[in-house]
Formats: sequence, C-alpha cells, structure tokens
Amino acid sequence: MTSSTGRTATASTPSAAGGAPAAAGPMHVVQMLTPDGRRVDHEEDPALAAHAATLTAEDLRGMYRDMALARRVDVEATALQRQGELGLWASLLGQEAAQVGSARATLPQDRLFPTYREHAVAMVRGVDPAHVLSLFRGVDRGGWDVEATGVSPYALVIGSQTLHATGYAMGVQRDGAVGTGDPARDACVLAYFGDGASSQGDVNEAFVFATAYQAPVVFVCQNNQWAISVPAERQTRVPIAQRASGFGFPGVRVDGNDVVACYAVVRAAAERARAGEGPTLVEAFTYRMGAHTTSDDPGRYRPSVEVEQWRARDPLTRLEAHLRRDHGADDAFFADVAREGDTAASRLRRAVLEMPDPEPGSMFDHAYAAEHPQVEEERAWYAAYLAGLDGEEGRTA
Amino acid sequence: MSQGTGTGDGGRGPERVTMARALNLGLRAAMEREPKVLVMGEDIGALGGVFRVTEGLAKDFGEERVVDTPLAEAGIVGTAIGLAMRGYRPVCEIQFDGFVFPAYDQIVTQLAKMTHRSRGTLTMPVVIRIPYGGGIGAVEHHSESPEALFAHHTGLRCVSPSNAVDAYWMIQQAIASPDPVIFFEPKRHYWDKAELDPSAEPYPLHRARVVRPGTDVTVVAHGPTVPLALRAADAAAEEGRSLEVVDLRSISPLDLAPVEESVRRTGRCVVAHEAPVFLGLGAEVAARVSERCFYSLEAPVLRVGGFSVPYPAARLEEEYLPDADRLLEAVDRVLDT
Repeated sequence: MTSSTGRTATASTPSAAGGAPAAAGPMHVVQMLTPDGRRVDHEEDPALAAHAATLTAEDLRGMYRDMALARRVDVEATALQRQGELGLWASLLGQEAAQVGSARATLPQDRLFPTYREHAVAMVRGVDPAHVLSLFRGVDRGGWDVEATGVSPYALVIGSQTLHATGYAMGVQRDGAVGTGDPARDACVLAYFGDGASSQGDVNEAFVFATAYQAPVVFVCQNNQWAISVPAERQTRVPIAQRASGFGFPGVRVDGNDVVACYAVVRAAAERARAGEGPTLVEAFTYRMGAHTTSDDPGRYRPSVEVEQWRARDPLTRLEAHLRRDHGADDAFFADVAREGDTAASRLRRAVLEMPDPEPGSMFDHAYAAEHPQVEEERAWYAAYLAGLDGEEGRTA
Repeated sequence: MSQGTGTGDGGRGPERVTMARALNLGLRAAMEREPKVLVMGEDIGALGGVFRVTEGLAKDFGEERVVDTPLAEAGIVGTAIGLAMRGYRPVCEIQFDGFVFPAYDQIVTQLAKMTHRSRGTLTMPVVIRIPYGGGIGAVEHHSESPEALFAHHTGLRCVSPSNAVDAYWMIQQAIASPDPVIFFEPKRHYWDKAELDPSAEPYPLHRARVVRPGTDVTVVAHGPTVPLALRAADAAAEEGRSLEVVDLRSISPLDLAPVEESVRRTGRCVVAHEAPVFLGLGAEVAARVSERCFYSLEAPVLRVGGFSVPYPAARLEEEYLPDADRLLEAVDRVLDT
C-alpha cells in the first residue's frame, strides 16, 4: 500500500490497485465507507464527519437509488448504442459514487459544469436521461433546461468547461451571492473534469483565475485512472489533488467509490465556496470500469486484472453492504430499486426510439441569437432547394 | 438586431477625438447604460490598456467591472463565457492580434457555438476587442490581421471600424448584441482624430457604407485599408480617375449590397486588406461580386493585400503591406482590361 500517512483508510485506499505509483502518490485519502461497507469515522476533519453524520438512512437509500438508476440507464444506453440507436455512448460505470455524492452536495441555486460522462450528476439534478441520450443519438446537443436543472451543456472539448465554471463563479460573486450567510442565496459552482483534463491549459488557467479572485468554485476531478488509453501517471507525477497547493487553495483526495465521503468532501468544499472562502480541488479517486466510449477497446491497453481489482471496490455493492448491515435495507428494497431501474430503462428506450429526426432546416436555428443575413439567405436557399426536389428522384443512385 | 443605442454619452457636445478616445467614450457610455457590462483583460485597469483605450475606467467603475486579469488569453475568454452565462456582458481586450491564439479554441469551440449548442437558451453577449493590423513598427505578433479566421466561424460576428466616429458607435452596438462580436480595431489609426457628435444617429452595425462616391472603379476596404483607399482615391482623382470607396465595416455578416450596387455602375472592383490575399476576405468578396454582378463586370475582380509570408520584420512591413501605389496598380489593371 503506497498511501502512507497512517491516518484513516490507508489500508483500503484504491491507490495500490490503481497501479499508478506516481499519480497515486503518498497522499491521504478521505474514506468513510470501506469496500466491505463498514462506516468509518473521519477524525482529522470534524466538519467532514459532521457532514457525513447528517446523512439519514433515507438519504443513504436515496443515494443508492440514484446510483443504481444511473447504472441501469448506462447499461441501457450501451445496449442502444450496440443496436445502432445511438451513435456513441460514454459509460459512467464505476463512477456513480463520485457523481451522485458530489451532485447531492449541491443546492438548487448552484451551477454544475459537466463533461460528457456526468450522467448521474445530470440525473440527480433532474435532467431527464432522454435529453442526455438525444445528444448521443445525434438529434441535438443535449436538450435539457440549463436554468431549471442548473446543469450546463455537456462539454466535449476536454477541460474547456472549467473556465466557464470559474467565470460563472466570478458572476456569482458580482451578484453578491457569496458570503451573505443566507443559505437560500449563497451559491457555488462545480466544475467537473478528469485526470486527462488536468493536463490541459484551460484547467490550469481556471485554477489561476479561481484563486486570483477567490471565486466560489469547486473543482471536482474524477480521476478514473485512464484518459482513453493513457494512464494517469502520464498526466501527473503527484496526486492531482496536491496540485492545488501550488495554486494556493486546498486540495483533497477522496475515495471516489465511497459515496458518503464524496458527499461530505464536496459539501465541505461547496460550503467553503459559498461562504466566500474560495476554490477547492477535490480529486475523486475512482476507476473507469468500462471503455472510454463505445468506440474504445480497453483490452488493447490495460490488464483485466486491474479491472477486477477495482470491481472489488464497486461503489454500489459497497453501499448495499452498508445499507444491509447498518440500516436494515432488505431484499425487498433492492428489488424495488431494480424494478424502478428496469422501468426507467424501458421508458428511456421507448423515448429514444420515438425521437423524431430533426427537420433539415432546423440546423439553421440558433446559429446566432439575432438574425444573421447570411444564415437566413442559406436557410431560404436550402428550403427552396428541398422544395424543388419534392416528388423527384435524386439524380444520384 | 441590436443597433440603436440612443444618444449615448448624455449632454456631451461634438468634439474632435482620437479613435482610442472614441472607444473609451463608447465603453463608458455602455457601462453607464448597462450595469452588467464588464471590461476585462491584461493591463486594462490602472494602466488603462497598452493603447490606453480603457483609461480611467477602473477609477470610475471599480475593479469589479474593470477586471485586470491574469496573463492568460484562454482564461480571459473562457471566464467571459461563464460570466455571460450568468447574465453579464463582458468586453474582453486582447492585447495584440497575435496573442489571440491561446484563446482561439475557447472562441471557436465554445463562444461561437454555445448558443447553437443550447438551442438558443444560452446567449453569448461577449465582445472581444483586438487591436490589429500593421504599420506601427512593432515586433513579431503585433501587426497581424486575422479577421478572416474568425469570420469563417459561424456564431461569431466580426466588425472593424475605420474611424473614430464609427468606433464610438460600433463598440456600443457590439456590446448590445446578443451574439459574440469580434471587434477589430485598426491600431495604426488609434490616434487619428474625427469630429464626434454623441447626439447623432448611429449607422447600423452590420451595414457597409459608401464613404467616397465615384464612377470608375469600386474599391472595397475595411478597417485600416479604408484610409488607404481614400488616399488612393485622392491620388487617382488627380489623374482623372474616379474611385468609389466602400467601407465594409462588418465582416460577418458581410453586407455586399452597396458593393454590388456600386459594381453594377462601375463594372470594376478591387478589394484591399492587410491580411494575406490567399483565402482572405477578398476572395469571398470577389466570388460573391462575380456571382451576382457577372454581366456588369468589365474586368476580373482584383485583390490587393499582404503576401503569403509570415508578417515581416518592421523594416520590411511597408513593403509587405498594401499601400496606395499597389492599390492604384490594381486600379490601373482593371481599367486597362
């Protein structure tokens, strides 16, 4: 075991299993739920322990339900892609705890900036997964209501969204929605990104801006160990969380497969941000159990033994064990959740299959907010062209 | 389309101002009118920007609205996008044309596409001011004309004033636009003066304008080549040749109606810009004029501009840049055809 501060959770941190000695570093990992589902206290930071202690049995069941639904949706989306109904799918398998724990630590007035893999984050915030799948089907770029859900559009350019999150947080500051002490007013921003993105200039510039202005942003790095085929140690020689200190703000590494710890750590960081105390970097140490996307073949670059080691740390089985052991959850509860997942999956499948292809002319919509003569000229030309084809065979076979 | 900005700077009478001062007054007027307008960039606070365009704004509007940023162009534009998402109207200053490229990714992949991506729910009222063009004897990366690179990307609007009066109005109109506007300022003309009447009625932002009527050849210019074309027209007039000069003012959208109307009368057209001719704005103008005015043309549309070389060292820039003689040489050719 390389994680070596000798405080909590060192014996069960996922770092050794990650096979990434440099990136896994000697760094304390916050863990509150062991892989076999035992709840452990976090003694170093009483605030974290207090946040975890606020979670009721109902909350924990809700977290399990969120994670299980996201996983079931993920399975369905992968199947839909294999059947040709989606062009692509980016599986979140293995990252449910990092996503559900962090998203559940947000308040309605907070804004979240996801990458393209934050499906569980979106669902926790009330995004209909059909609006996520419409992006991967190629119907649109994601159809959810950004203002109502507080979830920005998925960002496909790696790291780009961290700057948007920081700028948005600078706007929150200017609106006086930081540090007032009014829990209904003070807001923060979550910027999601991954281990690969940590190498991007945009992410590092976001750190610079956030710290320079003490912007209320929480950087949530899901270090899932792999940027497509490149392991995390190619991106960094130190734990990613440790980088924060160089920028002048706190960094915390948390067991990303422990939903309780993810919730507590992000909640503490979010409260700090809302109070006007500046940014925090949270590195959720987790694992991408599936391929990068449905176009990827991880068998070409990583050993299956590594995947099996991480399977033993699965975030859902861990929480299930905890719920059974300490909160009286029985087979009926888990069967109910599974049934609910199946229902959601079949509803999602139906929604996807029924999505109409967009009208050809709709590509011209919203290219600009205000009328742009050139776009309108081309729209009119294309409409006339299509009308001219009506009832005619195309000239090519 | 947003273009009306009212009378702006209340109570101020006509005065002769430089383009830099006109931009400063325009920024002030926009900031006084709309509290969500922010100015951000490198050295724009206490220093007032390296060209002093933002002089005094930090003192008058405070550092929350006049934001000295870290030295990171992608960061400036990326955070401006986030501020726009929160309802602000950021005006970013890029210090020099050649330094915009670290921000090019954010501008092209994010700023230009966010409205389309969000199906119109997230608008991007962001202005990016870029001092551009040559003629100031500068070192590398301080003299380029990248406007075509931006106009090529749908989602961006691109404009360039050629004089102080237009600069005053156009910066305010750009700030009022719900779309991102890349605002190209011809830096060698920052200190050119013109009579500014803040109570006048502004001309629409995206409309081209005939700035000198003529009968023999239509000269199409924008930004720094407008004063150049006017000088060339003076010289041509002494030789008995009448040039009509059209100031495009807007590069995206491109308003070619005055150009086409002109070419139908003159039958001859020359396009001038500082950027390299190859795949430049002139190519688009020439193609469109050829398509639409084919039967009026007496000669091929000619382009005058920079060469296909990296912008040269200062001692060579006047050789590289189109000047009145090069423009008149093209005029001779279209007339001699």
